[in-house]
Amino acid sequence: MQVTMTVNDVEVTREIEARLLLVHFLRDVLGLTGTHWGCDTSNCGTCVVWLDGEPVKSCTVLAAMAGGHQVRTVEGLAKGAQLDPVQEGFMQCHGLQCGFCTPGMMMTARALLDRNPDPSETEIREAISGQICRCTGYATIVRSVRWAAVAEAEAAARVAETTESSEAGEIADAGQTAGAVA
Amino acid sequence: MQVPAPFEYERATSVDHAIGLLERLGSTARLIAGGHSLLPMMKLRLANFDYLIDINDLHGELGYIETGPDEVRIGALTRHRELLESTQLAAAFPIFADAERVIADPVVRNRGTLGGSLCQADPSEDLSAVCTTLDARCVIRGPGGAERVVSMEEFHVGPYETAVADGEMLIEVRLPVRPGCGSAYEKVERRAGDWAVVSAGAAVWLDGGTIVDARVGLAAVGPNTTGIPEISAALRGREPSESLFEQAGAIAAASCDPVTDQRGSVDYKRHLAAELTRRTLRRAVERARS
Repeated sequence: MQVTMTVNDVEVTREIEARLLLVHFLRDVLGLTGTHWGCDTSNCGTCVVWLDGEPVKSCTVLAAMAGGHQVRTVEGLAKGAQLDPVQEGFMQCHGLQCGFCTPGMMMTARALLDRNPDPSETEIREAISGQICRCTGYATIVRSVRWAAVAEAEAAARVAETTESSEAGEIADAGQTAGAVA
Repeated sequence: MQVPAPFEYERATSVDHAIGLLERLGSTARLIAGGHSLLPMMKLRLANFDYLIDINDLHGELGYIETGPDEVRIGALTRHRELLESTQLAAAFPIFADAERVIADPVVRNRGTLGGSLCQADPSEDLSAVCTTLDARCVIRGPGGAERVVSMEEFHVGPYETAVADGEMLIEVRLPVRPGCGSAYEKVERRAGDWAVVSAGAAVWLDGGTIVDARVGLAAVGPNTTGIPEISAALRGREPSESLFEQAGAIAAASCDPVTDQRGSVDYKRHLAAELTRRTLRRAVERARS
């Protein structure tokens, strides 16, 4: 059968077997091996990708079911050469050891921050509770996600500050103009 | 690598289209919603079908929670996450959020559905126990739009078997609303997100200080999730008390039918049935009073 879906903003069409799982479609057909294939039983979560913006375990979704939908993988996390803050956080806080669980962890973390920009440690642990780090490096994974949350909050504050000061400047300008007219 | 046996894939564009496909393809076809029970079974070749009919596009038609004065209606394609996050459902029946928090994990809950859970008819499935506790009615639609409504006891025919026939589809679950209701759910599992060793749901309906009605639903202690009429009979017309909860727990332990397996012994499961019945009844009463 033929399937067409959008993967990391690119539309792809391929001839596939109906029984092909999304994880194998991404890895073997499209060559996007960033998504890892682990337990094959929807327990470990290393295969997590987004389907229409929601994290799903791609070993338990048929590629055919993604037809007509938007898929995002870890390869679609960075914007060009600029890493996503979550990726940056994993680097800064040693969020990975062997790296096997990392793509799934980062996709879930990004989705969490999109819904809840300031998650507590408990909320982060809850969000990744369906994902297993066999190196048991959970403490640094949680720290990495918090790093990203703080980094994004600080970046947002800087943007707000810049906007505010430019608005204040405009008001001052307007005042001067009004004064000149008076 | 686990791969299902070959099958043909069809995608339904409406409920009636899905039923039409089921009618045409008969028992060789199966509906797939979230797929988190069906696909693992197909990967292990425990289940094989010639056709899978994908109904995920029907979420607009079958993904809803409607609360009315007499009943709450939930579309069969409502996902676990939606059930967990619904404030109106939590207000009417907090048992849902209790159960959803311990069903699988957040990523799986993004896909799994209420209808899929009930149709899987796994004896340790949590939402089946919740629906049994709340005396839910299941709406099954067949060819020509014909609908029939069955109780949970009628819906679950046996382990992994439901009243839904070839050419039919579960489309909605209806939960009767009565005043003075409190409900709760508790599960003991070996590790987070696992199937229950035993779980219990309880619902009570109070009028003043008296229990007008009470229901307990247990999972993983018999061929189906079981409501226990003897508990309802023992609690009706009584004032809530620790000794009454104790009595209900003893009935639960005596009337369930667990087997010894890797999750625990019969004795342990009976102990859990009693303990969880007590705990959930206690919390359901607290909630009914608040």
